[in-house]
Amino acid sequence: MKRMIFLALLTGLPPMPVVAQDPHAGHVMPPPKPPAEETGTGAAQPVGNAPPPASIVDSAVDQIYGTTPMDRARGILAEEHGGRPVSKVMANILEYADADGGSGYRWDLEAWYGGDIHRFVFKTEGEGVGSDGATIAETQALYSRAVGRYTDVQAGLRYDLEPEGRAYATVSVESLLPYWFEVEAAAFLSDRGDAFGRLEASHDLRFTQRLILQPRVELELAAQDVPESSIGSGFSSAELGLRLRYDVRREFAPYVGVNFEWLLGQTAEFARAAGADDEEASFVMGLRAWF
Amino acid sequence: MGRRGNFNPDRRTFLEGVAILGGGATLGTLLPSWAATVAQGATPAMPTLAGDDIKLLVGHTRVSIEGKATHAVTINGTVPGPLLRLKEGQRVRIAVTNTLDEDTSIHWHGLLVPPEMDGVPGVSFPGIRGGETFVYEFPLLQSGTYWYHSHSGLQEAVGHYAPIVIEPAHRDPVQSDREHVIVLADHSEMHPHVVFKRLKQQGGVFNHQRQTIAGLLAGEDQSPAERAEWARMLMDPTDISDVTGAVMTFLVNGHGPNDNWTGLFRPGERVRLRFINAAAQMIFNVRIPGLKLTVVAADGQNVRPVEVDEFQIGNAETYDILIRPAEDRAYTLVAEAVDRSGMGRATLAPRPGMTAEVPPLRKRPLATMKDMGMDMSGHAHGAGHDMSMDMRDPANAPQIKMGPAVQMISPMPMDRSGEPGLGLEDAGHRVLVYTDLVALERNPDTRAPSRALEIRLTGNMERFTWGFDGWKYSEGPPPYAFRSGERVRITLVNDTMMTHPIHLHGHFFELLHAPVGHLPRKHTVNVLPGGKVSYDVTAEEGDWAFHCHMLYHMHGGMFQVFKVRAAEGGAT
Repeated sequence: MKRMIFLALLTGLPPMPVVAQDPHAGHVMPPPKPPAEETGTGAAQPVGNAPPPASIVDSAVDQIYGTTPMDRARGILAEEHGGRPVSKVMANILEYADADGGSGYRWDLEAWYGGDIHRFVFKTEGEGVGSDGATIAETQALYSRAVGRYTDVQAGLRYDLEPEGRAYATVSVESLLPYWFEVEAAAFLSDRGDAFGRLEASHDLRFTQRLILQPRVELELAAQDVPESSIGSGFSSAELGLRLRYDVRREFAPYVGVNFEWLLGQTAEFARAAGADDEEASFVMGLRAWF
Repeated sequence: MGRRGNFNPDRRTFLEGVAILGGGATLGTLLPSWAATVAQGATPAMPTLAGDDIKLLVGHTRVSIEGKATHAVTINGTVPGPLLRLKEGQRVRIAVTNTLDEDTSIHWHGLLVPPEMDGVPGVSFPGIRGGETFVYEFPLLQSGTYWYHSHSGLQEAVGHYAPIVIEPAHRDPVQSDREHVIVLADHSEMHPHVVFKRLKQQGGVFNHQRQTIAGLLAGEDQSPAERAEWARMLMDPTDISDVTGAVMTFLVNGHGPNDNWTGLFRPGERVRLRFINAAAQMIFNVRIPGLKLTVVAADGQNVRPVEVDEFQIGNAETYDILIRPAEDRAYTLVAEAVDRSGMGRATLAPRPGMTAEVPPLRKRPLATMKDMGMDMSGHAHGAGHDMSMDMRDPANAPQIKMGPAVQMISPMPMDRSGEPGLGLEDAGHRVLVYTDLVALERNPDTRAPSRALEIRLTGNMERFTWGFDGWKYSEGPPPYAFRSGERVRITLVNDTMMTHPIHLHGHFFELLHAPVGHLPRKHTVNVLPGGKVSYDVTAEEGDWAFHCHMLYHMHGGMFQVFKVRAAEGGAT
């Protein structure tokens, strides 16, 4: 009923107001045609097949404002619409570990800077025993390129500070696989000509919005025996970690967990021969954080 | 009406305003009176900016939202900025002075202005550098509800927006006893550059309504089989909005839900509400429980009245609504976030200080296969296990530049303009749909289009990169070329799982469902996930920005330029 009253109000419509005639307006409105095909909808109107115009490269307003200020503005425009580089620094693992063999610490950090396709990546990981210096300390500097929707390929250098100074050429692939598995595969060729590989995979099991269990596996392999490093060819070690974190914020999440590590094959033999354990279980607590 | 504005800010009053705020005064003293906590109604007699010469000052201001001081980039010291109340046929000169130490700009959203006055740095003009003043001058060729905002950086996300009301030159077909301007917005304590960085750093970073194992055990959300299927495709059905209530406060006229902006009415009055969604990233579902909403204009253009209970308003859209509250009671105005992560709330009441029940947030919706452009309801066959293969077939859209920035290509996009928007399919009451809209006045151009152009909206949610036809604007895509005066049928296909409100400067899109001659004219059109929208447009000479009006999608690359040249001038 209300609507009827309202419609009645509309019947006394004035004619379409004639808009201000202004040569500056720039809006050329073709004159309205008399009502003809009012019965059909717009969708029913036929669509012609006129060819598109040739590409247009000039700027419409350079002659008004000048090319130099417009060039500056175009540079800002491009940067602000997809061109701004971004960075991330992430501590995936930053933890204290308590095992039968004593306590220690471990880190696994990654930082990147760049655009959507090209990035510079820095990685470091390592561990130490007690409060002494690190027993393993590894760094990588990589160029990263997005090659697929979920896949980046990286290439660059790895340099180990501990247990001994050693350089490697590195190629790796990072990807997000179906079912939300984060995986990373890397190949390393050392300055002594030895080749190694590493596979990592992790997954987030979301119990609640903030309580998340992350299973993580890592496999190390070697192409050859490297006796001075106590590494045998084939799979050399496997690791399984279960870290339960609480996202205080997405970018700040303390965790507790357990980590199991097994030496495999000839590498395990080397360890046993040296009187060392070929497996280790540890309780860990640490922080996953990024900015 | 007066030829001069009765609020004429010069530098001194602006600086005094800042000093007052620094001294601990409340925000109320700095709000334009139409947006003060108890608004008496925006009438021409109220302090707004009017007249032919208007001065605007863009600067940094500390404002207060729900009692918390927060940084804003403001126009004349307030959020939102001053209402410009203008008149059709008038020629207006607007001097904008930039007191920031970075460039700024003002775009007159929805106004048909000459291209060099459109306010997009790098497309329409060089921008306004710090310490400089730029004078915009243009005739007002239209009437209705519009708004203005920065087109520089992410300033719009921190307060650089304000409404425009243009009275018609002749009698307004929409008659009301009073009116209120309702500017919806989102505000974050987090700096917008940090918001964007977080979105780039981790997909879904602000989504705290994901599916969980706890939810699975409680029988909520998708079944295990559906969860597995979506996980296999790396799609998250809870990813409804990139930025959420987790980091946003939703504002009505600069006020948070607890500030409770209140607009007054006398029972029995016919009240016109001019809704503007000035949010950087949030789509709102708007309703006023207890009242029918009669939609009388969309994007400033009058439409044949449609009575609804609720409507969804995409970023940059405007709707004019008539209500007729008969009872002597308060009503809550609810602007619910599309992902139900929060709400903007205001009150309409006969007297200040009254409140009404605030309905709880409804359950957040889940995206469906339809949102992937894979609606199988009409296809008994085809729903199977080869879907991921079909979800990114370049043959379905050869114009797309393939690469990491193209996560999917909708294999079966459908026209969703008859749908009310995500999460409102089963609202249980009448929700506005685009196909309800029919232009009240006759369209200026009723010709059939001479050609068709399809543009795909592309992106990759995991990388938070967005574009048109696979291009980010920063990659230098070839601009879309048009002949002046040609009428083109443009079809936008959404190849992403997010809604994109797409805006074309300097033009109105004419949606095609209505009778020829009365196509509804919109400057911004929501394209639902996996959906497509077609409209006709008559090309106006000049260079015009074309972009997603979700600020962070635009900042991620979803921006392009329409270049329109006279047909005889080489553009053949």
